[in-house]
Amino acid sequence: MPSAFKKALDSKKFVVTSEVAPSKGTNLEKMVHHIELLKDKVDAMNVTDHQSSVMRFPSLGGALLVKEHGGEPILQMTCRDRNRLALQADLMLASSRGINNVLCLTGDSVMLGDHREAKAVFDLDSSQLLEAVRTLERGKDMSGNELDGDVNFCAGAIVTPEANPIEPQLIKFEKKIEAGAEFIQTQAVYDMDNFKEFMDYASRFDVKILAGIILLTSAGMARFMNKNVAGVMVPQALIDEMASAPKGGALKKGIEIAGRMIAQIKEEGICDGVHIMAIGKEEVVPDIMAAAGLV
Amino acid sequence: MIRSITQQKPMEEIEHLLEGMDRIFVIGCGTCTTLTRTGGVEQVAEMSEKLSSKGKVITGTTVVPVACDNLTSDILSEFGPRMNQADALLVMSCAFGVQTIASQLCQMVVPAQNTMFIGKENAAGRFSEICTQCGTCVIGETGGICPVTACHKGLVNGPCGGTNNGKCEIDDNKDCAWTMIYNRLKELDRLDIMRTYKKPRNQLGEPKPGSFQLPPD
Repeated sequence: MPSAFKKALDSKKFVVTSEVAPSKGTNLEKMVHHIELLKDKVDAMNVTDHQSSVMRFPSLGGALLVKEHGGEPILQMTCRDRNRLALQADLMLASSRGINNVLCLTGDSVMLGDHREAKAVFDLDSSQLLEAVRTLERGKDMSGNELDGDVNFCAGAIVTPEANPIEPQLIKFEKKIEAGAEFIQTQAVYDMDNFKEFMDYASRFDVKILAGIILLTSAGMARFMNKNVAGVMVPQALIDEMASAPKGGALKKGIEIAGRMIAQIKEEGICDGVHIMAIGKEEVVPDIMAAAGLV
Repeated sequence: MIRSITQQKPMEEIEHLLEGMDRIFVIGCGTCTTLTRTGGVEQVAEMSEKLSSKGKVITGTTVVPVACDNLTSDILSEFGPRMNQADALLVMSCAFGVQTIASQLCQMVVPAQNTMFIGKENAAGRFSEICTQCGTCVIGETGGICPVTACHKGLVNGPCGGTNNGKCEIDDNKDCAWTMIYNRLKELDRLDIMRTYKKPRNQLGEPKPGSFQLPPD
């Protein structure tokens, strides 16, 4: 049975996804609050997997929480911490508990996080994890052994449209589709002309594209991302616009910009939907959607 | 030529390893650690001075030509009495040399170095790790550049999302292996190989610990 998210992707409606950031610790109140706030507004919620290699409540646990509260989870899975045995096992657990969307990622280096001396795994990469999902769906494990009960997933991956050089990224993007990706969430896009150029290429493939929207909260944050986040390029005009916000009004300005970009993507039919990343500010996602005219 | 690349351990760690051992014999190596300036004649003299200033008694020092050679014990035999007086041998070679000496002499050995990788000198004084001896060589499909070694994550299907302007997400001084492979294959007009999906690797080409017996003639 296709997941609710898969149905939304296939319905040709403008799809909106957001994120739930697992807690540092077992107090899940904030996560539950965000889930309750967003579950009826977005088509699905990504649950991040030790984002930036910072140890947190597991994505599988977060996805179960989304499910328990009536939301539609997208399980983010990186190859950083688990080998092929553990990844396959967690996919079986997820599917058996009604978590039927998975985003397959390679994962950040352990060195970027808060356990810098941990052993990194990377037994598989993102395209091989996608292939593993499809293998399990055929009722076999990666070694070809029969499974008693298979899995069912709407599987996706990511792409960085602003990467430099771009062609190696696009080769990987095509491999991910070949390995079974049905949807692609992009790294944050800010320059719509560049993004349209990327979509001219990407729309040739049989895959749904959700544009990554990262909420800007200050001009400093935009400059920080330009300097430190691979493949993120906030144009100077947007940085200036953020800087022009009155004191205390930067968040409001960021919401306005995010809303404006989403509205443009939707109105011009640039891609199939958006993935909103309001890092640490999940409670304003409804405001972003309102600014975009989506609610 | 391949070289063992070492870095001296912090002095505090060396002192900790030598705790309770007052008489020390210091051994350097005339090959790799001389080249990397971590265990040659000068560094052995410096280390002996430092240890003396911390109250250790240096019973003797030497720099053997090739510490990892099985003849090292013969060369060291002329220092027998001085070494026997020592509570420990502080070895300023790579771990190959330390283990060779440890296996040949019945004495406590303490390494002064961390062995970082087996590398190749690309430019004067600059060393790179280009092979990790994985036992399942993939470089026939990558234009002769090893992604298992040169990519921080050992990826075989192309770059991760952390690559930035041809550099690795962990260090601006490290090249992105997949940018290098892409450039090489493009130059060779063989990007078709990069476009081909690679199955998960056999991570146990030669299960640790590696072992090999030459077949009899």
